[in-house]
Amino acid sequence: MATGEQASPPGLATRRSLGKRFRDAIAPILASKVALVGLGLVSFWVVVAIFAPLITPYGPLEHDLEAMNLGPSLEHLLGADNLGRDLWARLIYGARTILILAPLSVFCALAVGATLGLISGYFGGWTDEVVMRLLDAIMAFPAILLYLIIIFALGPSATNVVIAITIAGTPGIARLVRSLTLDIRTREYIAAAKLRGENPFYIMFVEILPNARGPIIVDAMLRIGYAVIAIGTLGFLGVGLPPPAPDWGSMVAQGRIYIWINPWPVLWPSLAISSLVIGLNLFADGLREETMRYQ
Amino acid sequence: MENIKTPVLKVENLAISYKMRRGEVPAVRDVSFEIHAGETLGLVGESGCGKSTVAFGIVNFLDRNGSILNGSILFQGQELQGQSEEELRRLRGNQISMVYQDPLASLNPCLRIGEQLSEVLIVHRGLSKEEAYEKCIEMLKGVYMPDPEAMMLRYPHQLSGGQQQRVVLAIALLNNPALLIMDEPTTALDVTVEAGVLDLIAELRREFDTTILYISHNLGVIAYVSDKVSVMYTGEIVEQASVEDIFLKPMHPYTQALMRCVPKLGESKESSYLPPIPGRVPSPMNLPPGCIFVPRCQYARQFCRQKHPELRQVVPGHFICCHFAEEIAEAEWQPPEGLVPDLTTRGRRENAAEAILEVEHVKTYYKQRGRSLISLFGLGKKQYVKAVDDVSLELPKGCTLGIVGESGCGKSTLGKTIVGLESPISGKLKFLGFDILAPVVKRDKRLVKELQMIFQNPDSTLNPSFSVGYQIGRPLRRFGKVSHNQQRKEVIRLLNAVRLDASYYNRLPRQLSGGEKQRVALARAIAAHPKLVICDEPTSSLDVSVQAAILNLLLDLQKEYDIAMIFISHDLSVIRFFSDQVAVMYLGKVCEIGPAQAIYSPPYHPYTEALLSAVPIADPCAEQKRIRLGGMVPSALNPPGGCYFHTRCPRKLGDICEEQDPPRKIAGKEHYIYCHIPLEELCKMGVVVTLPKDTKGNS
Repeated sequence: MATGEQASPPGLATRRSLGKRFRDAIAPILASKVALVGLGLVSFWVVVAIFAPLITPYGPLEHDLEAMNLGPSLEHLLGADNLGRDLWARLIYGARTILILAPLSVFCALAVGATLGLISGYFGGWTDEVVMRLLDAIMAFPAILLYLIIIFALGPSATNVVIAITIAGTPGIARLVRSLTLDIRTREYIAAAKLRGENPFYIMFVEILPNARGPIIVDAMLRIGYAVIAIGTLGFLGVGLPPPAPDWGSMVAQGRIYIWINPWPVLWPSLAISSLVIGLNLFADGLREETMRYQ
Repeated sequence: MENIKTPVLKVENLAISYKMRRGEVPAVRDVSFEIHAGETLGLVGESGCGKSTVAFGIVNFLDRNGSILNGSILFQGQELQGQSEEELRRLRGNQISMVYQDPLASLNPCLRIGEQLSEVLIVHRGLSKEEAYEKCIEMLKGVYMPDPEAMMLRYPHQLSGGQQQRVVLAIALLNNPALLIMDEPTTALDVTVEAGVLDLIAELRREFDTTILYISHNLGVIAYVSDKVSVMYTGEIVEQASVEDIFLKPMHPYTQALMRCVPKLGESKESSYLPPIPGRVPSPMNLPPGCIFVPRCQYARQFCRQKHPELRQVVPGHFICCHFAEEIAEAEWQPPEGLVPDLTTRGRRENAAEAILEVEHVKTYYKQRGRSLISLFGLGKKQYVKAVDDVSLELPKGCTLGIVGESGCGKSTLGKTIVGLESPISGKLKFLGFDILAPVVKRDKRLVKELQMIFQNPDSTLNPSFSVGYQIGRPLRRFGKVSHNQQRKEVIRLLNAVRLDASYYNRLPRQLSGGEKQRVALARAIAAHPKLVICDEPTSSLDVSVQAAILNLLLDLQKEYDIAMIFISHDLSVIRFFSDQVAVMYLGKVCEIGPAQAIYSPPYHPYTEALLSAVPIADPCAEQKRIRLGGMVPSALNPPGGCYFHTRCPRKLGDICEEQDPPRKIAGKEHYIYCHIPLEELCKMGVVVTLPKDTKGNS
């Protein structure tokens, strides 16, 4: 019968293997040097955090009274703080907390924000107005003020830091997802889904969300960077993790008093925060550039 | 007098390639042609064949990753290759002008028309403002712009599409260029507007003696404007001859196949078969070693696979790029054995008179928010866009109703209203005897299953995140058509039904061509065995050879599954070919409805008559009445009183047309015309299009 422009070179793999899928997924990262540099910085911190006990003989809370306020030495690679705690050990144990808390809080913000954004963009009308005005109200507060209000209300703890960052991050993500939804819902495959009588939540989460993932992932990478800064700031202000937990922000705060005697306890955590944030930013930038070029 | 001898443009052995991530793409290879003063060369070919690249190459407007590898471009005897950017810029302003497809993209949205026009003269000719103004007014009159003084003060968005393209043409012509390059200038326009612009171009050729390189994918348009035609295929010119030779005696197998797969106005599915071109256009990165057309050529022999043919003169003035051009006789062409279905069974069955769909006085209005402060508070007068305004029609079981009209006539909205994507504000909608006024979310699942739709844009019809198999399988799961373990089998059966093999099951949409995507969309639509499928311009964004394949497929599936169809299109030839019944829409209203045969022959509604006279026909010998509609399509927010068409109607009777709604006239069996003109007079209208009797292809 009428075959038309049929084209299927025989022998073409019918199932995409897992390996190929993985290669497809990381192709944009490998293609961009910027993304690779970013990825390198981030994975450095991830690796040292995972293998912390193997990398350093000291614990983060161990005192070495002889090393108090000493600079880098063979024994203490990065020096020790005013209580004689090894800075390298505190740094990499600190990486552990921050690398759990930052992605976790962004993930929570993403779950709430994406849901609200999808609902707002898909239904439109009054639903949209109500949701967006409420989120605008949250956005009206400066982020740092919002963190402080929430944490003073709930008390300083790791969970509450996550809650604070989630609440502050939700409006931005919701706006992004809403605008993507507004575009995607006009596509014809959405009309086709409606014509199958699909329920709105299937359309939102299965038909729309996966096609918005590119910009959402890039945005999430940047947001993890901001979350790192936020956690650092809260730690510095003394409302983050309660001491003596190894927290980069509180390390800076403590070292600040002795900065003229021993600058190292301030320098190292500051460098750690900025290298992680810059790494995440570079990674996000590279990813954005490459995914855009793919389209 | 040497000018007559030197061609205005002479392109020799032009080769252009693009650098892509996957390597070098030789988009244009060894292209040569020349255009003499006052001549129009039509460059025709399907998408991706490199015709636009040639045009951009001539004026060196290639993208940054494109470069001219080889060849020379002589403009009035002067080599353009290797000229400085400054020199080229001067030439482009003074001597060579270009007109592109989208007029709105060529005009600066924040400058008035007058400023954009006079800028050309002030910059390139050094005229004063006053002199330039005078010249511009003159030029706007030259392109038949109504009220040129007022137009000079307007911004581009305040003009209609046809007027915008006129302005672009005026800008291009202001410097009286020696060469005008037009890249699909009418593709984005409606047929009636397109006809006006084409007339204008034809007149400009006579008046200004402009030399034109005209690029289009539309064979009808090319036949209308060109003196000479070059046919391109994947970056090479395969045939070049005068317009008569190309259309009446095409010699290259590709040109012949291309002509055969375009439905000619008046052909129907019962009377003719559209043979699609098998296979697909090869990627320029992966060309076959011999003749590039071999994989799709019916006449290919061993020799063709080994040696690449040269463009050679076979008959005086007729160049063909084929080894065996002399031996291929178009007249003796026969479709391959077993390919042509029984045409007689494709038509409407007479006994199936029972209506599957009844539409009565349906109105779909969109609320339009006012721009004033009062309406911001909800106090303003509510305005409505009358997208579908009081439409009534009936569709018998297993039949095809074609809905035709220009953009904005409400044909898509009508389709969406029927499937339930839009809600009508009043009227009656009955499907299989059930009321379907409710939007799709409120309809019963069993009813939802029976109504499916195929969309226009192949790139957005499939969800890019899911495999073909998943998307075809989804309606099966939704409607519980087959048990879970049978699903894969059923999806593969559906893939086969749309002539795709099982290897497509796991592919993602981005790995498919436009035609393949449309096939998958078709499989998805028929998966649940619907009784009615609405096809909203399913072939408009496809190449003609692919269009032929999709149309054949639709016909086969319709027969196999006994589906009634509503086929929405702006293409009158396709509508005639595909439909049993046709409704012509204008501004939300049906102005004529009846059997396809009856719509395309007198008596006509005056609008149908104008539409038919505007269709470009791929036959330079066809006779066609010239009726051109003036004015703009009125806004659907505020349609004129009485007959909506009276503002543009060339046969307007008088006040009655402005005051009273047109009555329904019975012009024949099931053929209704909504017009004030007495039936006897409508019957006196002559036939609009007469094709020469001895055309081939009417098998």
